[in-house]
Amino acid sequence: MALNLDSVGKTFSSPRTYVVGREKLREFARAVGETSSVCHDVEAAKAAGHLDLVAPVTFPIAITLEIMGESATSPEVGLNWSRVVHGEQRFKYERAIVAGDELSITTTIEEIKPIAGNHLITLRGDVYAADKSLIAQVWTGLVERGPEA
Amino acid sequence: MKNVEVGFELPELKVNVKRSDLIQYAGASGDFNIIHWNERTALAVGLPGVIAHGMLTMGQAINVVTRWAGSPANVIDYTVRFTRPVVVPDNDKGVEVVFNAKVSALNEDGTAKIDINAVFEDKTVLGKASAIVRL
Repeated sequence: MALNLDSVGKTFSSPRTYVVGREKLREFARAVGETSSVCHDVEAAKAAGHLDLVAPVTFPIAITLEIMGESATSPEVGLNWSRVVHGEQRFKYERAIVAGDELSITTTIEEIKPIAGNHLITLRGDVYAADKSLIAQVWTGLVERGPEA
Repeated sequence: MKNVEVGFELPELKVNVKRSDLIQYAGASGDFNIIHWNERTALAVGLPGVIAHGMLTMGQAINVVTRWAGSPANVIDYTVRFTRPVVVPDNDKGVEVVFNAKVSALNEDGTAKIDINAVFEDKTVLGKASAIVRL
């Protein structure tokens, strides 16, 4: 199945929500070496004005890669996950993600462009809080390698 | 609020990366792609060996900024391109990735743009890596 170039602009709302847990944030922070006290110590996070532990900057990928991947590999888009290499990544925040947030993700196929015989597909994930306010936006650029010659 | 000038260099960060760190990141992130822990599979798809998750390197690189800025909540934008893999051998020593960063612009809204450099075996592994930080 080939990548559907007409899928640019399509939006997918995942019905799943993700509740951010304290221990998951601590686990992720340890894995990337993020030692900021607001990621580990609830009292420190509250003293800094947050409702609970703060997520490391790249934490959304633990949620978005799978959900955005499901959208991109749907028949409407047709991305072949087994030929994909992660090319680019961006996170933009309206506010920090904190433990207790219940997040939902809307994925948009933002751009598909040919590069040297391959395709670069840019997916944008809009990360919403339970009250539907936008918390963050996540761009993932995936290079789909063309078939072997 | 930090009083800095364009060109200010943040303290360097050197990170040792072993196979066990890749396993730990796989578990924490949910990214269990086999090329990040299985040599046989990595070689079969044409890689020089088991490679670190690009997202692990991205996650480690921003620590240069958050340690200086005090909190990840001060980072409002962060972008990278993945240009070269970090190859992690099956030994006890691991490999070293060196992260540097410097202030490249000061914005009127009180934020700063910080350019980040990640080096493995004398080569850059992240391209156009930069963050926007509240000072």
